[in-house]
Formats: sequence, structure tokens, C-alpha cells
Amino acid sequence: MKRSPHTADKLAPWIAILVFLLIWEGGVRITQTPDWLLPPPSQVLMALGTNASMLFKHTIVTVEEALLGLGLSTLIALMTAYLMDQVLWFRQAFYPLIIFSQTIPLLILAVLFTIWFGFGMLPKILVVILVCFFPVVISLMNGLDGVDPDQIKLFRSMGATSTAIFTMVKLPAAMPSFFSGLRISATYSLMAAVIAEWMGAEKGLGYFMTLMQKGYRIDQVLASVLIICLISFLLVKCIDLLEYLLLPWNRKEDTQYNWG
Amino acid sequence: MDIKVDKVSKSMGEVHILDHIDIAVHKHEFVVILGPSGCGKSTLFNIIAGLLLPDEGRILLDGKDYTGQTGRIGYMQQKDLLLPSRTILDNVCIPLVLKGMPQHKARQKAFSYLPDFGLEGFAAYYPRQLSGGMRQRAALLRTYLFASDILLLDEPFVALDAISRRKMQLWLRELRSHYPCTILFVTHDIDEALMLADRIYLFSARPAKVRLEIKTASAPHDVHKETILHLLEEET
Repeated sequence: MKRSPHTADKLAPWIAILVFLLIWEGGVRITQTPDWLLPPPSQVLMALGTNASMLFKHTIVTVEEALLGLGLSTLIALMTAYLMDQVLWFRQAFYPLIIFSQTIPLLILAVLFTIWFGFGMLPKILVVILVCFFPVVISLMNGLDGVDPDQIKLFRSMGATSTAIFTMVKLPAAMPSFFSGLRISATYSLMAAVIAEWMGAEKGLGYFMTLMQKGYRIDQVLASVLIICLISFLLVKCIDLLEYLLLPWNRKEDTQYNWG
Repeated sequence: MDIKVDKVSKSMGEVHILDHIDIAVHKHEFVVILGPSGCGKSTLFNIIAGLLLPDEGRILLDGKDYTGQTGRIGYMQQKDLLLPSRTILDNVCIPLVLKGMPQHKARQKAFSYLPDFGLEGFAAYYPRQLSGGMRQRAALLRTYLFASDILLLDEPFVALDAISRRKMQLWLRELRSHYPCTILFVTHDIDEALMLADRIYLFSARPAKVRLEIKTASAPHDVHKETILHLLEEET
């Protein structure tokens, strides 16, 4: 039986990863590179296994910070977008500021927050919020502004209030754009939490990585990186699923949701 | 319900768009405004719908002044403007919901109209799953449910292909016999005007003025068409 081209397409990235890992493994073994410089992928996997409970403990903390930050930033972004849409002076005052806020270097902020708020979770969540807020609010605003003015005119001619226009016309129309922003923020969220932990913390994957890095346990560092990648990927897939469930009208014709 | 457009003038910046337009649409009459593209027909509709204020003149509905007041007349544009996020049924319900009718009641009421508007069995479909003609019929039903006694239709079939447009014209004529209502219809298609209208106002190009008023029943359509084409030739 011939395999359909569809399955071949799906296998392609996996084959690429496998080839990459084999080259890595082979290269490290042939050149006899020491473990503290670059361990082979097999050892990274082993590190994942032997240190599982420790990694799990720190992962939970980081994921918690990332999810809380992402959730809060989405909430704030929704409120900000609503205000900017409804109140002109609010938009005029804050839209340029939001864009300007992106020019502040993240690393400095992480350090400052640690100085101001200590080594606990709060400064990490704040960093995540600051990182995740921007893509969500900008994509939301783009979506809200992209609504056909004739559509709004029609609703006005039917006597709709501006709140009704926002909830019935603008917000649903902005949802696809909102979800692309949310997807970007989701990939940033975990990274932002890790960076914030790196700058000073008592737990979390970022903290764990600084410890391991100081001891030249590169395998443990890479194991943490692997976890970050996997969870970020999972998070994006969750958002895809959420979009699929919440926006049935925006699904591509005749497609089932797939995890690939 | 009848409409009276009383000496309406409108300028946008330097451009004089409408020049003392006088139009009357009587109860249950189908009146067509025929004019070249960009002659200000849409501006006039926006004024009648209350979305724009005229510089001069008034809009009277049943003798009452409705100038600059929205929410009384159903207005349908060239684009169907159905919300992609709502099913056909929920789209046509919108005017009822905006008027404060509970969702389930609005659905019930709208549902009973679907067969006559050629949408039976499509209640749960999303707009993008429907053809252009069906979407326009849904848009018309939404307009009708907003205000069933007066409809303003602004080139509703212009975006359709010739065959669908013809079908829609025949269907609209048929529909009117079941649902008597006052209709003011804008088009730049002479045949469409003659086929649908009881009465036609021929508009000149900018600034728009009423050049001619035609009662379609007064003579065969060919004769009217000749007159219209002759007038248009003179103009150029």
C-alpha cells in the first residue's frame, strides 16, 4: 500500500529532528567532546530521567508564573482595548505609551523588579505580564480597528448602542486576530518567567538552570531547555484548541482539529 | 407608511452632492432611484436612514419629521454585512434582539420567515458557507425584520452575477405580493429599475437632481427605456 503524501508531510519534521540528533550524538562521540562542554542528546535524556522529581518541582513554579502572567496580561489587554475603543482620549493618551513601553530592555526590568519586590513570584509575574501584554493588546486593537465601517454604520442605523456594537460586531471580528496575538504571547510567557527567575529567585526552572550552569552541568541545563520548549509548544496547542472551540465560525472548511 | 424627502440638499466639503431633492414614496409603493454610479444616491439613503444630516430640507415619515433620526427605517447596502461570527438565523435576529426581544423569541419569529426568503434549512449555517444570492436574501430578511413597513435597498444585487441577479429580481417581485411594504430602491441598472418599480426617479450626475419621474405602468418598458437612454445621451 502506498503511503499518502499527507503522512509523509507530517513525518518530515520528525525525520529532520532525528537526523539532527544523530549528527549531534555521533559528532560528540567521535570528537570526544567533554560533557561539561556539550553532552550528547542521549545524556540529556538521561538527565531528564534521573533528575525528574527536582525538575518537576521547579517546572511547576515556572509554569504557574507563566500562566498567571499570561492570564492577567490577557485580562488587562481586553480591558485596555475596550477602553481605547470606546474612549478617544484614552486611546490618544495610552496607545503611543504602550508602544514606547516595548523599548524598555526586559533584562533591566527583571533586575529592577527583583530589587523592588524581592525573590518571590510577584516580580516574575510582573515581567511575564509586561512581555505578554503587548502582542495581545496590539493584535486586539488591530482586529477592532479592522471592522468594516459599513458594518458599524448598519448597526447604528438599527439603533445599536456603542456597547452593543462592541460586543456584537467588533469583539467577535477581532477574535481571530486576538488569538494570533495570544499565541505569540504564550510562547513568550514561559521564556519571560525563566529570564526573570534567572535574575534572582529561590525556585523555578530559571533558578535551577543558573545553579546547574555554575556547576557545568550542561546536560541538566539542556534538559531544562527541552522542558521549556515542550511546555511552550503544548501551551500554543492549547490556545489553538481554545480558538477551535470558541470560534466555530472561523474553522477552515471540513477540517478536524489536529494536534500535529 | 410613506416617505417624503422634502427639498434635501447636501454638500460634503466643496462638493455639492444633492441639490433640492424632492421625492415621495407612497404606502406599499416600489420606487426606484435610477442614476449613474457616484451620483449621491447612497448619500441620500444615509440621510433618509438618519445617519447623516442634510444641509437643507427634511425627511418626513407619515408626515412626521424624522430628519437625523436613526432606528426607524431598515437599510440594506450592496454588501450583505452579515456577521461572520453568527449563524444565518442569529444574523437575521439581530434587529429584534437590538429592540430588546429575548433571544429565543427572536429566533422563533425569524425562523418562521426563512422559507419565504429561500433560506429554509440554512438557519444553522454561517454566512461564508452560503452563496452571494442567499446572503443577500438573509440581509434582506434582516432588514425586513427591523422595520417591515419601509425598506431602503441600496443596489442590493449589484455584487451578484447576472444570473443570480435576475433570479433575485424575480424573487423580490414575487416576495412583494406576500409581504406588502414600501420600498425605495437604488440602482444604476435601467432594466432592473423598469422590472421592479412602480415609479422611477431618474437622477442626474453631481449635483444630483431629479431629472425625470416615470410611472412604469404608463407605457411599455421599451418606450421608457428609450426615453431614459435619450435623456442620458443628451447629458453627455
